[in-house]
Amino acid sequence: MNNMSRIAVCDGNEAAAIGVKLSRPDVVAVYPITPQSSLVEYLSKFIAEGELDAELMNLEGEHSVLSALQGACLAGARTYTATCGPGLAFMFEPYIRTPGLRLPMVASLVNRDMLSPQCVWGGQQDVMTVRDAGWIHMFCESAQEVLDTVIMAYRIAEHPEVMLPVNINHDGNYLSYGVARVEIPEQPAVDAFLGPKNVNWHTALDPDRPMAVDPLTGGADAEGAAVFAAYRQSQCRGMQAALHVIADVHADWAEAFGRRYAPLVEEYRLDGADIAIVTIGSMSGAAKDAVDAARERGIAAGVIRIKTFRPFPLEAFVHAAAKVRALGVVDRSVSFGWNCGPVCQEVLGALYRTGRTIPVLSFIGGLAGADLTEEHFARVIDGTIRALEAGPSPMTPETVWLNARGEGAGR
Amino acid sequence: MSRPRPDMSAVPSDLSPVATELSKMLAGDWRAMRPVVARDRCVKCAVCWLYCPVQCVVEKAAWFDIDLAACKGCGICAQECPHRAISMVEEAAA
Repeated sequence: MNNMSRIAVCDGNEAAAIGVKLSRPDVVAVYPITPQSSLVEYLSKFIAEGELDAELMNLEGEHSVLSALQGACLAGARTYTATCGPGLAFMFEPYIRTPGLRLPMVASLVNRDMLSPQCVWGGQQDVMTVRDAGWIHMFCESAQEVLDTVIMAYRIAEHPEVMLPVNINHDGNYLSYGVARVEIPEQPAVDAFLGPKNVNWHTALDPDRPMAVDPLTGGADAEGAAVFAAYRQSQCRGMQAALHVIADVHADWAEAFGRRYAPLVEEYRLDGADIAIVTIGSMSGAAKDAVDAARERGIAAGVIRIKTFRPFPLEAFVHAAAKVRALGVVDRSVSFGWNCGPVCQEVLGALYRTGRTIPVLSFIGGLAGADLTEEHFARVIDGTIRALEAGPSPMTPETVWLNARGEGAGR
Repeated sequence: MSRPRPDMSAVPSDLSPVATELSKMLAGDWRAMRPVVARDRCVKCAVCWLYCPVQCVVEKAAWFDIDLAACKGCGICAQECPHRAISMVEEAAA
């Protein structure tokens, strides 16, 4: 560790704001929404007090927020915003345009469950709804990881082989308001880590280099549609390149600041494990506690935590999954089309590449702000062990709803 | 601030959708109706010049005329002319 850190006690929203401040964005555009509001209030304060030299744009809605940032990014600015839930829904049109324009933006999603019923509490339905909009998605477990990942996200987004926007996801309530000890890196060390920015070398609002941004592309003539397909292929290449860039940036971070995170998939106590719980986001801590307790009872369980969900880390996931014989996947959201959790559906897709058919159970919990406790994960472990003993079934077993009541409340 | 940017020849052609050449097609290439000015009726009041949304009305010595390369044939000039000096004629017939 070659730099001095300052210690602070703060919640995940303040940790994100501190990470943003250290990344020195030029333009921050915001519209407040629970549970993101305090994050942008911290940023407003940093800018008002002169700690962050950035243009703050208070706009009339999230659609305007991201549209304004597109202009700022095209003009060469490093940008930041944060939103969640219905705000993300209102942002959708510029949201889905951003990766196609290859704008290396960074935005936090303070994950909130989605309407309806009306809900202001945590849940990952917002991000899972946009999981194939073309943004890179990383999920954090702790306030410290939020702070560190925000900074790393700029290096990842602005890498010339990537040039894609990054969402850093941190769970509403549990990470947004959960207070913890964090180490704050020194500004010069962060400056050295990020290096000089260059965000519009490819597409720019520049009178000296006029160009039409986003012209009509496609149509019935084969040539136009082939040009469109070439942009899509390039976007997919950028996503795949992000896998090694994310790994490299995390390795550089560990070297510079002494904190090492699994960049794509974290393997926790998988050696000799029969089964693993697959987690994403802040629930992972309780899952690890449950695994520690199970190990003491002689149950060989582990955790596979997905940090990077988009691009899907196929190789890293298969490496982890190959160590166990059954998986219990816990989702904080619902795939309405598959009657299971979206992460579970992705896991099933990835397992096909291993050529192994192992039992996989889908657990859905933590919706609408519900806590996922060690006790819930003990049930996940028990259920997954039972599925292992029953052997692989050609049919996916019934989804288990944690935190539900009455029928379907799980075993 | 930003480093100097490379010229566009250094940017992969499939990275992001930008066009650096303008289409050479002008409105006159696809116009359906053409405004024709009756010079004997024109009093140079400039109402057509004021109303033309693409500013393609050009002043001549004794009348106002239309730049037919830029005119899209919307017909606003003919509608607004207080002296009925402009008539819209189908391109195919013109």
